[in-house]
Amino acid sequence: MNAIQTPLHTEDYDALEVGTTATTASKGSVRVPWRFLGGRALFYAFTLWAAVTINFLLPRLMKGDAVSAYLARNRNISPEAADGLRALLGLDTDKSLFQQYIDYWSLLVRGDLGVSLLHGLRPVTEVISQALPWTIGLVGFATIVSFAIGTIAGAIVGWRRGSRLDAIIPITTFLSTIPYFWLGLLAIALFSVNLRWFPIGKAYGVGWSPELSFEFIGQVIHHGFLPAMTIVIASLGGWVLGMRNMMLTVLDEDYITVAQAKGMTNRRVLWGYAARNAVLPQIQSFALSIGFIVGGTIVMEMVFSYPGVGKLLLDATNAKDYALMQGVFLVITLSVLVANILADVAYAFLDPRTRQTGA
Amino acid sequence: MTAPLNIITRSTARSRFGAAFAMFRNRKSITGLSILGFFVLVAIFADVLAPYSPTKVDPTARFQAPSFEHWLGTTHIGEDVLSQVIHGTRGVIVVGFLAAIIATLIAIIVGVISGYLSGWRSEALSALTNVFLVIPGLPLIIIVASMFDNPPLFVIAAVLGLIGWAWGARVLRAQTMSLRNRDFIQAARANGEPLRRIIAVEMLPNLMALIAASFVGTVTAAILGLTTLSYIGVIPVTTYNWGTILNWASAQGAFRQNQWWWYLPPGLCIAAIGVALSLINFGIDEYVNPRLRSAGERARAMKKKGLNINDAVTAVRTNTTTKETR
Repeated sequence: MNAIQTPLHTEDYDALEVGTTATTASKGSVRVPWRFLGGRALFYAFTLWAAVTINFLLPRLMKGDAVSAYLARNRNISPEAADGLRALLGLDTDKSLFQQYIDYWSLLVRGDLGVSLLHGLRPVTEVISQALPWTIGLVGFATIVSFAIGTIAGAIVGWRRGSRLDAIIPITTFLSTIPYFWLGLLAIALFSVNLRWFPIGKAYGVGWSPELSFEFIGQVIHHGFLPAMTIVIASLGGWVLGMRNMMLTVLDEDYITVAQAKGMTNRRVLWGYAARNAVLPQIQSFALSIGFIVGGTIVMEMVFSYPGVGKLLLDATNAKDYALMQGVFLVITLSVLVANILADVAYAFLDPRTRQTGA
Repeated sequence: MTAPLNIITRSTARSRFGAAFAMFRNRKSITGLSILGFFVLVAIFADVLAPYSPTKVDPTARFQAPSFEHWLGTTHIGEDVLSQVIHGTRGVIVVGFLAAIIATLIAIIVGVISGYLSGWRSEALSALTNVFLVIPGLPLIIIVASMFDNPPLFVIAAVLGLIGWAWGARVLRAQTMSLRNRDFIQAARANGEPLRRIIAVEMLPNLMALIAASFVGTVTAAILGLTTLSYIGVIPVTTYNWGTILNWASAQGAFRQNQWWWYLPPGLCIAAIGVALSLINFGIDEYVNPRLRSAGERARAMKKKGLNINDAVTAVRTNTTTKETR
C-alpha cells in the first residue's frame, strides 16, 4: 500500500501509538484532493456541454417537426396559430443555426425548457418536476440496495473461493442477462395477477393524491416493492461478479499475506484490507454503469406504469413531443452526472492515491 | 535452404493462428460458442426450420396452448409462436453482430490511437470516450430511433453501434498505454517500423483478447438494446424479432391471462443467448487473468489436503512434496 509513505504527512504522530497500518496512520489527516476533483469538474463541464449540444442538434438534424405532428392530431388550428407555436418552441427557421444555439442556451440558463405539447402546453420543467421524485426514489433506492448487497456478497464469494458459494456466480449472471422489462413482466404475471400479493403498476392506488400520511407511504411502498425488487435482481449480477473478480486479484497481493502474518483476524483482513481495496474499481464501475441502469429503469417504468421520467420520455416519444423529449433527456443526463460526481467524491476520499496527487 | 525456412514460417504462422484463438480454448468459451452457433444456424435456416410463416393468420386457432400442430401455441390471431421465435432470431443476430462490428471498429481506432499517442490528442480522445460512457445510451437511442418513420434494421444497428463503443475504447486505451512502453514496441520503433506496422503487427495481436471481450460485450448490449426498443414499440412491429413478439404479447394481455407459451420462449431465448455470450466472456476473462481460474482450483486443492486457504497459520507438514506456487 502506497499510503504508508509517511513523508507526505508532515504531522507528528507516534507510529507505535497509532499503529503502522495505512488505515489508522492516514486517518489523522484527511486531505481534500483538490487537483483530482478539479480535473473531474472540468470533465463534467465538458460532458454537460456535449449533452446539451447533442440535445440541441438532434431535433434539428432530423426530419419531421413537432408542430406538424401536433397539427395532424388537432385539425382545427389556424396556420397563424401554427406559426405562433413554432416561434414558441424555438423552431422558426428564419434564424441562423448559431443564433438558435445561443437562444437555446440563454433559455436553458433561465431554466426554461419550453412547453409540452402533450401536456396541454404546460412548461416542461413543471411536468418533469412532478415525475422526477418518483424516478429518483425508485432508481436511487434500488441501485444502492443492489450495489450494497452485490458488493458484500461478491466480497464473501471471493473470500471463500473454491467453496460451494461459487455457484452464486452463474445464477446471478443468468439473472443479469435477462432484459429488465421481461423480468418485470414476469413479476407482474406471477405476483400481481396470480398470487395477488402486489398491485399491478402505478405508484399509488387509484383515488389517492400525494400526501404525508402513513397510509399513503404504505401505498407507495406496496406499489414500489415489485419494480424495485426487479431492478435489484436484474442488476445484482454485475456487482457480485465484479467484486468477486477484484477480490481474487487482491487476495493474492503481498499485503494480505503480511496482514495475516501479523496475526490479524480473518474478519479484519477480509473487510479492512481485501474488500477495502477491491471496492475501489467497483465504485468506478458504479459511476460508469449508472447510465445503463437508468436506461433499463426507463423501460421498467413503462412496464409498471410508474409515473416517473422514463414513462414521460416514452409517452413524449410516441407523441413526438420534442420539447418534452429534450427536457427529459437533459434531466436524465444531469442526474447521471450528479450520481457520477457523488461516486467520484466517494472514490477520492476512499483511495489514498488520489489524496497524494492532490497534496 | 529454403525448405526448412518454409517449414518454420508455416509452423509459426499456424501457431500464431492458434494463439489468436487460445482464449476460446476452454470449456466455458466452447459451451458459449456452441449455443451462439446454434442460434446463428437457426437464423440462417429460419425459412426451412419454421413450420409455418410467422405472419400466417389462422382465425380458427386463436390463443391455443402448445399442441402437436403448434409446439409453442398460437397468438391472438392464430400465428404460430414457434415460427415467430425462429424468424425473430434473424433480426437479433443480424443487429447484434452488425452493431458490435461497428462499435468494435470505432473502439479499436479510438482506443488504440488514444493509447498510443500522448499529450492533448490522447486526452481529447479519452474525454470523448468518457462522454459517450457517461451519457445514458438508451434514452438517446429512443430519441434518435423515434425520429425515423420506419427505421430499417441496419439503421438501428448503426445507432446501437455508434453509442456502444466507449467501454471497449476505454479498456483498449488502458492496455495500449501499458504496451506502448514495453521493450518489443520500443525495439520496433528503434528499428524504424512505420506506425501502422507497429499498431497492426506488434500491438493488435496482443490486444486480441480484449478486443474479443469488448466485441462479445457489445453484442450482448446490442441484443438487449434491440429487444428493449422493439418491446417499447420504437421499432416498427412489422420486422419480427424477440422484442416484437413480447410487445404483441404484452399488448394483447398475455401476461395477465397466463398465456405463458407466448411470453416465455422469446424471453428465455434472450436469456440463453445472453448466457452464451457471458460464458464466452468468462472464458476470455480467465485467459486474460489466470488468477480467476487458478484461485478456485488452488483453494479446492488445499481443501483436499485438509487446509483452509484463508488460514493465517500455515500448517507445517513433514511429507510436503509440492510447494504452492503463487
